[in-house]
Amino acid sequence: MRARYAYTLTIAILAGIVVAFVMDENRTVSVLSFSLRYAVPLILAAMVGIICERSGVINIGIEGQMLMSAFAGFFGAAITGNLIAGTMIGVGTGMIMGAMLATGAVTWKMDQIIAGTIINILATGLTSFFYSQGYVLPAITPKLRIPVLADIPLVGPVLFDNGLFTYAAIIIALVLWVLIFKTIWGLRTRAVGEKPGSADTSGVNVQRMRFLNVTFAGALAGLAGAYLSIEAASTFERGLTAGRGFTALAIMIFGAWNPIGAMAAALFFGLANGVASQLQADEVIAIPQQFINMLPYILTIVLLAIVSGRIKPPAAVGKPYEKE
Amino acid sequence: MSVTDPAQTDLGFSDPDPRRSGRWTRVQAVAIPLVSVLLAFTIGGILIYFQGVNPLYAYWVLFSNALGSTEGLLRVMEKSTPLILTGLAVTVGLRTGLFNIGAQGQLLVGAIGAAWAGYNFQLPPLVHIPFAIIFGMLCGAAWASIAGALRAYRSVSEVITTIMLNAVAIALVDYLASKPLKEPDQPLTRTPMIAESAALPEIGIVPSGFILALLVAIFFGWYLTRTTQGFRFNTVGLNPSAANYAGIGVKKTIFLAMAVSGALAGMGGSIETLGITGRFEPTFNAGLGFDGITIALLARANPLGTIPAALLVGTLRSGAATLQFETGIEPEVVDVILALTLLFVAAPIVSRMLFRNRNAKQTSLSSGWGGS
Repeated sequence: MRARYAYTLTIAILAGIVVAFVMDENRTVSVLSFSLRYAVPLILAAMVGIICERSGVINIGIEGQMLMSAFAGFFGAAITGNLIAGTMIGVGTGMIMGAMLATGAVTWKMDQIIAGTIINILATGLTSFFYSQGYVLPAITPKLRIPVLADIPLVGPVLFDNGLFTYAAIIIALVLWVLIFKTIWGLRTRAVGEKPGSADTSGVNVQRMRFLNVTFAGALAGLAGAYLSIEAASTFERGLTAGRGFTALAIMIFGAWNPIGAMAAALFFGLANGVASQLQADEVIAIPQQFINMLPYILTIVLLAIVSGRIKPPAAVGKPYEKE
Repeated sequence: MSVTDPAQTDLGFSDPDPRRSGRWTRVQAVAIPLVSVLLAFTIGGILIYFQGVNPLYAYWVLFSNALGSTEGLLRVMEKSTPLILTGLAVTVGLRTGLFNIGAQGQLLVGAIGAAWAGYNFQLPPLVHIPFAIIFGMLCGAAWASIAGALRAYRSVSEVITTIMLNAVAIALVDYLASKPLKEPDQPLTRTPMIAESAALPEIGIVPSGFILALLVAIFFGWYLTRTTQGFRFNTVGLNPSAANYAGIGVKKTIFLAMAVSGALAGMGGSIETLGITGRFEPTFNAGLGFDGITIALLARANPLGTIPAALLVGTLRSGAATLQFETGIEPEVVDVILALTLLFVAAPIVSRMLFRNRNAKQTSLSSGWGGS
């Protein structure tokens, strides 16, 4: 039943896009590009949540992990004068933050939500304290235009004329789907998140698996953070992530802990915001700016209220593993 | 899963574990926060040192300014008042197994509600002040109840909803203060001044809001440990299935706890408006709700403990501006110190260091997203 709703909704949205494209080509392309750019950090951050929760660890600290990485990535790029170096610094910072959560939530068996909250508060404090003005990026992020494909009307300019982060996010989501559902690593990860006792019995080191997964998931949070400061904003501001880490968790749930489902949810989320902003900018709907700003957050709450209880999370999520 | 169980187990705060003597628990309850604060200050000192300032001098500036004069002390009281209340708000949630990260939003909604009740009516002070405070509390309670209802009846994690509602509240109060509740004929985004009759008076020189906050903290110290409703909160927090078995309405209790939590945060906002700022401006009140989390965890979810914890945070906050003025250190150093304090209190680092107690009971909140 659920799948049928999802298909119907998808087809309706695609039909809507085609109609819009016929009516106003430029606007449609610009709204869709906006939506995709809006979705990129959400896709990456939702992947972080999926890896962690599939392994049985709640990561409420994605926000803080992204914020620290955005900070480190931006200043790394500005100081080294190299975007790639900056991105690598961001990714590395993300991994360190991932290892922090893993230490708290897995090794020390802390309450996972409190461990994540500490990461968020720590990241806010450190990035505000060390923030300083006057740094600029050495260059703007180059766009990669994929030859032939980019010339297809509608699809081309939206999908095949983007920054590298955008391609990376889409590829990562697809690869992660294969990894989780088609490989031994994925099987073990899911086992550790669903029934760690059984996984342990069959020889999987539950603690080690969780620790490594949470740490490496941090690298994706790092990539998301680096995208925000290096490509999307081209600067760092205090509180740059603006709640995206939490929205990503809602998207993860909406996507049923499935990478492709989450990517679709993130794109839907981006589209809703893209359309609302465009309508407001065109003064089609006369609502104050503040309500447009509220939209992503209200949408998150509504989505959660709708799907909650209908989709099952991994059974062991949130529970530290105690060997019997 | 069955009827119960939006809330999850075991806060670890009020567990009467027979294996630990009462005194031992009490020693830990004081020693761990104290050592954590000291450690955080040490690391903060290292940061200050690398900014080229003598950390001892910086801390001297920070504390002497706040505590060295009557004016400074009064300012600390003012700063601590909303912090006590947001700390209590988070505490009530923690006791019930809920993590209310939304005290910030509830406080904002309460603050603007109290401002409206304060400027829109002309009443005798004895009626007007309680009316405005209670109206602000109701606004905060209503705001928290959105998350409470979703948690209790739809099993949606209150952690995410309260954070989202913070962001919505920020946009909402900005809209309200810029359109419907805006002071007429003024360029600024703010509400009119409250009526004289709604302003909180001073008792002697002490702001009455501070006294009120202390009384509320003492009341909750009694309420959470000595009343039936407090017992229900604790039981649902410790073991929802046992609570259900004992005939406690788990969902109702969760909803109520969230509303009480929101009312407390809203009260913090009301007192801030009626006692200090006199009107609502969106730029006021930043960060008060998040400090509530630090305070509640520092106090280990003990209502009376929120008083010293809030005073400490209030002291740091009120000294931060002077610190920047005197030494050029960013006031955000206080955020770092508080975050580190939280890290040391909540993570078992200090308890291991001090007590070698590997099985020390830890704070435990909800798990999962309630897909029951």
